[in-house]
Amino acid sequence: MNDYLNLFVKSIFVDNMIFAYFLGMCSYLAVSKNVKTALGLGIAVTFVLLVTLPVNYLLENYVLKADAIVEGVDLSFLSFILFIAVIAGITQLVEMAVERFSPSLYASLGIFLPLIAVNCAIMGASLFMQQRHFVDFGEAVTYSLGSGVGWLLAIVGLAAIREKMAYSDVPAPLRGLGITFITVGLMAMAFMCFSGLKL
Amino acid sequence: MSQLFSKKNKEVFSSPLSMNNPITVQVLGICSALAVTAKLEPAIVMGLSVAVIVAFANVIISLLRNTIPNRIRIIVQLVVVAALVTIVSEILKAYAYDVSVQLSVYVGLIITNCILMGRLEAFAMANAPWESFLDGLGNGLGYAKILVIVAFFREILGSGSLLGFRIIPQAVYEWGYINNGLMLMPPMALIICACIIWYQRSKNKVLQEK
Repeated sequence: MNDYLNLFVKSIFVDNMIFAYFLGMCSYLAVSKNVKTALGLGIAVTFVLLVTLPVNYLLENYVLKADAIVEGVDLSFLSFILFIAVIAGITQLVEMAVERFSPSLYASLGIFLPLIAVNCAIMGASLFMQQRHFVDFGEAVTYSLGSGVGWLLAIVGLAAIREKMAYSDVPAPLRGLGITFITVGLMAMAFMCFSGLKL
Repeated sequence: MSQLFSKKNKEVFSSPLSMNNPITVQVLGICSALAVTAKLEPAIVMGLSVAVIVAFANVIISLLRNTIPNRIRIIVQLVVVAALVTIVSEILKAYAYDVSVQLSVYVGLIITNCILMGRLEAFAMANAPWESFLDGLGNGLGYAKILVIVAFFREILGSGSLLGFRIIPQAVYEWGYINNGLMLMPPMALIICACIIWYQRSKNKVLQEK
């Protein structure tokens, strides 16, 4: 149990998807203009991560790994194509399910839902899972939840800062994109103080 | 021949290199751009890989553009890109193993690089193969350019070397000069990138945001 808790806290603060690996940066910068949409997108990303990563974990261990299906056959070169197909397929399914069961949530997320398929954080988590060799299914689930929550935390934090920044006097060439980069840089420095954190 | 290099085609190729740069102006593909720039060598390899993949993905999608049903185009695009990325990743593993280890997951992440989806959607779906090839190559090289600039500053200030060769002489260290370790950390990539944007936008007033 302690191992899971440790992995969970570590994936939120130390190995934060945004501040340590810059994953999902494009939508992170584009959608962080106000807290409400940021929160919606963060929740959607967390949810899709939580569904796709365990599926990809099972695929990796029971299909793609060397000797998994047939003795002496290593299918791991197919992993990119299979992972992205799973992610695109599941995003489509989630979209249909949300549309059917909660039209109000569907309307508020709008275009972001299908765009999650090309969010690097989702694909990145699957590739990290492949690289880090998690020992069991529980670890994969914990890791996916942790990285999703970390991403959510980062985007809501940045959106809150940007809302306040609208009132400050930024030099003209830095306005918009430039100052956002610097803000993210400072937030990343703040998150560096978590490195080495262990429960 | 002259038609192949007409004025419009040159424009398609050269505008992403500066005025319409994918990173600093279109804000695409930032994820991998920042992560691989702690050293110059992986940054160059990454930039070239992306340029090759964007160029060829653009050509393939442009050839298929009239046969792809609109509803499933994202999945078709992803599959084409994933196949190309797999090929590049296997080539890197075979001929440049050290660099491919340094790049780790970021080679696979070229699939979800926004530059690819952005150019495929915005350009290749509506233009002929040759123009798409130039557009892809231009955008890929524009991306590589920013990567190399960021990596240059991070490597020379962070480890005092370029491409692994020591640039700052030993004597300077004996006087008390110390490498700035923070340069190798993720936050500095963002701040250097912000400085490039600052420089570019103070030169070109049209790009400034309100």
